[in-house]
Amino acid sequence: MSDKAKTNASPMRAGSMSLTLTPWIVAALLLMVLPFIFNNNSSITIMNQMWITVIFALAYNMLLGQGGMLSFGHAVYMGMGGFLCMHVMNYVEDFGLALPLPLLPLFGGLFGMGCAMLIGAISTSGAGTRFAMISLGIGELVAACSVIIVAFFGGEEGISGDRTYGLPFFGIEFLKQIEVYYLISFWLMLSAALMYLFSRTPVGRMANAVRDNPERAQFLGYSSRWVRFYSFMASGFFCGIAGGLFAINYEILTEENLNTASSGIILLVTFLGGVGFFFGPIIGAIAFTLLQTVLSLETELWAFYAGALFLATVMYFPGGLAGLIMMHVPSYRFGNANKLFVPYIKTLIPGLITVLGSAALVEMIFHYRHGSVGDNEMTLFWITFDSHALVPWIVVSVITGVAFYITKTTAPALKEAWGDANTPPTSGGAS
Amino acid sequence: MRKSIKLGLGAVLALTVSTAAVTADTIKVAFIDPLSGPFASTGTNGLHQFEFAADYMINQNGGVLDGDMFEIVAFDNKISPKESLIQLQVAIDQGIRFIAQGNSSGVANAITEAVNKHNKRNPDDRVLFLNYAAVDPALTNDKCNFWHFRFDANADIKMDAMTDSIAANADIKKVYIIGQDYSFGKAVSAAANKFLSEKRPDIEIVGDELHPIGKVKDFTPYSRKIVSSGADAVITGNWGADMLGLGKSVIENGYSGPIYTYYAAGSGITAAFGETGKGVIRLVSEGQINPPVSDAASDYYNAYKAKFPDGNIDQARIANTIGMLAQAIEAAGTADDVVKIAYELEGMTYDSIWGGQVFMRENDHQAIQNMHIQEHTNEGITFAYDGSDFGVRSIKMIEMASADSPSTCDMKRP
Amino acid sequence: MELVLVNLIDGLVTGLLLFMLSAGLTLIFSMMGVLNFAHASFYMLGAYFAYQISIALGFWMGLLIAPIIVGVLGAGVERYGLRRVHQYGHVPELIFTFGLALLIEEVVQFLWGKNQMAYNIPEILNFTAFAIAGNSIPAYKIFMIFISIAIFIGLLYVLTRTRVGMIIQAALNYPKTVEALGHNVPLIFMGVFGVGTALAGVAGVIAGPVLGTFPGMAFVLGSIVFVTIVIGGLGSLWGALVASLLIGWITTFAKSYNIAMSDILNGIGIATPENLDDSIWRDLWTVTSPQIADILPYILMVLILIFRPYGLLGNRDA
Repeated sequence: MSDKAKTNASPMRAGSMSLTLTPWIVAALLLMVLPFIFNNNSSITIMNQMWITVIFALAYNMLLGQGGMLSFGHAVYMGMGGFLCMHVMNYVEDFGLALPLPLLPLFGGLFGMGCAMLIGAISTSGAGTRFAMISLGIGELVAACSVIIVAFFGGEEGISGDRTYGLPFFGIEFLKQIEVYYLISFWLMLSAALMYLFSRTPVGRMANAVRDNPERAQFLGYSSRWVRFYSFMASGFFCGIAGGLFAINYEILTEENLNTASSGIILLVTFLGGVGFFFGPIIGAIAFTLLQTVLSLETELWAFYAGALFLATVMYFPGGLAGLIMMHVPSYRFGNANKLFVPYIKTLIPGLITVLGSAALVEMIFHYRHGSVGDNEMTLFWITFDSHALVPWIVVSVITGVAFYITKTTAPALKEAWGDANTPPTSGGAS
Repeated sequence: MRKSIKLGLGAVLALTVSTAAVTADTIKVAFIDPLSGPFASTGTNGLHQFEFAADYMINQNGGVLDGDMFEIVAFDNKISPKESLIQLQVAIDQGIRFIAQGNSSGVANAITEAVNKHNKRNPDDRVLFLNYAAVDPALTNDKCNFWHFRFDANADIKMDAMTDSIAANADIKKVYIIGQDYSFGKAVSAAANKFLSEKRPDIEIVGDELHPIGKVKDFTPYSRKIVSSGADAVITGNWGADMLGLGKSVIENGYSGPIYTYYAAGSGITAAFGETGKGVIRLVSEGQINPPVSDAASDYYNAYKAKFPDGNIDQARIANTIGMLAQAIEAAGTADDVVKIAYELEGMTYDSIWGGQVFMRENDHQAIQNMHIQEHTNEGITFAYDGSDFGVRSIKMIEMASADSPSTCDMKRP
Repeated sequence: MELVLVNLIDGLVTGLLLFMLSAGLTLIFSMMGVLNFAHASFYMLGAYFAYQISIALGFWMGLLIAPIIVGVLGAGVERYGLRRVHQYGHVPELIFTFGLALLIEEVVQFLWGKNQMAYNIPEILNFTAFAIAGNSIPAYKIFMIFISIAIFIGLLYVLTRTRVGMIIQAALNYPKTVEALGHNVPLIFMGVFGVGTALAGVAGVIAGPVLGTFPGMAFVLGSIVFVTIVIGGLGSLWGALVASLLIGWITTFAKSYNIAMSDILNGIGIATPENLDDSIWRDLWTVTSPQIADILPYILMVLILIFRPYGLLGNRDA
């Protein structure tokens, strides 16, 4: 133990995210390979949606995580960018301009940035509640305008176009989903890299400072207002890019892209992933898209589970999913990760069964109450049974109860192992 | 770390998406409508009516072709155009050839465009769009395409029928038009103005206004205006909570004339109106529920009530949709070649279980059928709605309403 | 002229209803710094509970019992949910209430289904109190006005004339000091949260029959409650009252009178463009006041935040 400790005793580097290229290369390779693993169109459609949400969530986190600004109306910038791109797309079609489609998101980005400049000029003078409420007000106003101002927003039906009418880009006409997928992936890598680099620039660094202590930043000679303004503009730019990609992928934009529900969802997505880490929103966007799109294929109660997941996350893992992952970094550094393995299995497997069992009970109650008369059969986890018979209820309740009991009894051991694993191996060091 | 998560989640994705494989002996119809969120009640009721119609009319009678059964596959679009397009893609990937949707013309518009593009770009797996409730006239006019079929009467046809009824009533001198501020509300207002000026130029339109959709908490100020304008009749295209809110508020504030509307029955609205709406609420729709037209219709409704005791048949056209699709598949002799089926649907005449015939017009794919003016009442009701004593009773029928109405549709056939 | 009076009464009803929601929220917000997104959900719960109780015991028992249940639920949420999250900061607290709002809506749908509930005005109040120039004022509206005013007076009395009220006021501004003086601040927080949500419950009970009882009722109400307290000034009960009435009257009058944008623009000397249908500004020209009535409060809020961040009667920066 002690000799191993010596080799691993190097102090943790300040700012545990270093400028290494490895994660970026892995991510790029993954993006390229994924469509070969999931090669049907619906998987690609869902992945397209995921990557667009990833860009949007990363841009949102430039404000929330890095700048400490809580925005309730951020769908506005993505939506505005998207609407402009749609108009440009139609303009290109009508007048036959030589504009290759892959460059289209740039227009969205610039327009999103323009909108952010206008609104940021008034809203970034303060952080906290004031900023939040102005963003809420503006969000509501733009959402309301989207139904009233038909010329630009197309009313409730929105505006649509056809991406294939533009000039072919090196022979690619973007007829197929897979071509759009690679276009979105390219912009995802580019935007993510730029956003990461932005967080490393002095402005990005100062955004952190302003978030944590605006007064101190002012004393150091930085205008916290301007720092916020620059972050806001940058965020607007990348939101606009996401909007442009949305326009290319769906070929339609409606008021849904601007309304407050979309603004609320991106807040939840970002928080679910974890605001404290750059890659947090990526995980959040993937998890939420799966919840919304894939889980809703399986159950009508998906929103119920989503709500419960958010409550659980915020109550027990305020760092989000990313925080949960990063919690394990210290024990990994200490070389103690293996100590956690067995206790984890002992607790998490029954824990998982408890959660699934509870969900099964909820589904059974739902089916019992809302199923049609005579339709007593239901299928859960590939098992078909009669929801009006007593046996399945007893079985599920017993399994859930026993699993819960095991989880509860093994939890202290896990806690102990956790503390043990996170104790630095050097003598006398406390974490 | 990230890699393993992506792979893990990706595996979930692949698993769930590919579970439903296509089997030869079922004909799947994708039902894409809201099953969660604020409009879930309408969507869920529609789904039940689809499932029942497929089971009762087709599967219990031995299916179509050589015993192929219908299956309704539900997709929750959360009434969002974006989600609808994702679910549409998932449905197409599951090998589903028929897409049914109805709630929200905005969503219908997104789907009809997406279907049109998809069929153009992927000639090998084309799909048909069976629109059972989205009534924006544009869908069978400027925005029509070969793959879209509308089984409901559009807003103009309904308004034509409604204004016939108003024009026949000599007591009505002043009319107030109010609607939600979006395409459908505007279409209702435009149609009402047009038909009233043609049929009864002497009727004065004392008010014509729009209010924000789904945002109005209290309709009192609007009802005050309606009452003080001295209107003899109110025309509105409102639906859902906006319908109930407006109706209740107008009645509460002293209005007693008729309210002519489209969607004021079922989904809890009938029960919530109850006694207050009696003699006031008039709605236009296809399909006569009360009094039942035939024993077959009674049997159908009773069988539905046995299966869904809390449910209503408030969208009679759903039975027509399933019936006409089955008839077209039989006539085409295939359930896979949607072009053939579409050609069979065009110009089809179908005997509806609710009485009368349904004719699918060739030039714009708009169904032409009998329209009924129904009133909200508790007298002479065989089949009440929402577990209350109240229901709708047909008081006037317009045969094959607007059969020769013009269409600007320029249909491009493959 | 008579219509003005009628509109004043209608606006008063709307405003007072809004006040019952915002009174609780402004106390919660100023004391704990929590933007309680689930506040409107407690309003919805009030309506549903009252509906359920009214089936068995009648409307009046519903009015009595439902707010108490809602208040106890609210206190429970504070004790077992928010207090735990409080240590992480304000954003997690906010997300917590956000998630809670989502969950409550789902639970309501789960228990009561997705349809409109037939929750109606009690027979005894279902008559016309009086009429002004043919516009009837239902007795129920008068009843709503009385309930709201009674609650306002009661609240004002408790906050300014009782010992508990003094402690609450002190805890609003100096929680640390109050705690140091030996008061149980967490208990006060829990109490305030409970009372605030109970007030929202009362609003739900009396608004349910007129505005409809359905799963989307919390969503329809939306963020207007926050707007009210921001306009009024955080932590100010009077401010909440003034802002509520202001919003009630502004929206009512905007809906009652068709003021068209073209009239305003013509009035200030801008001529209507020749062919309006082709102009890109046509939507601006055709806007009327009823169309935008419900977004006027948001415009007002943005303007207030820009020019007077303290709100109308507040004394703290937002």
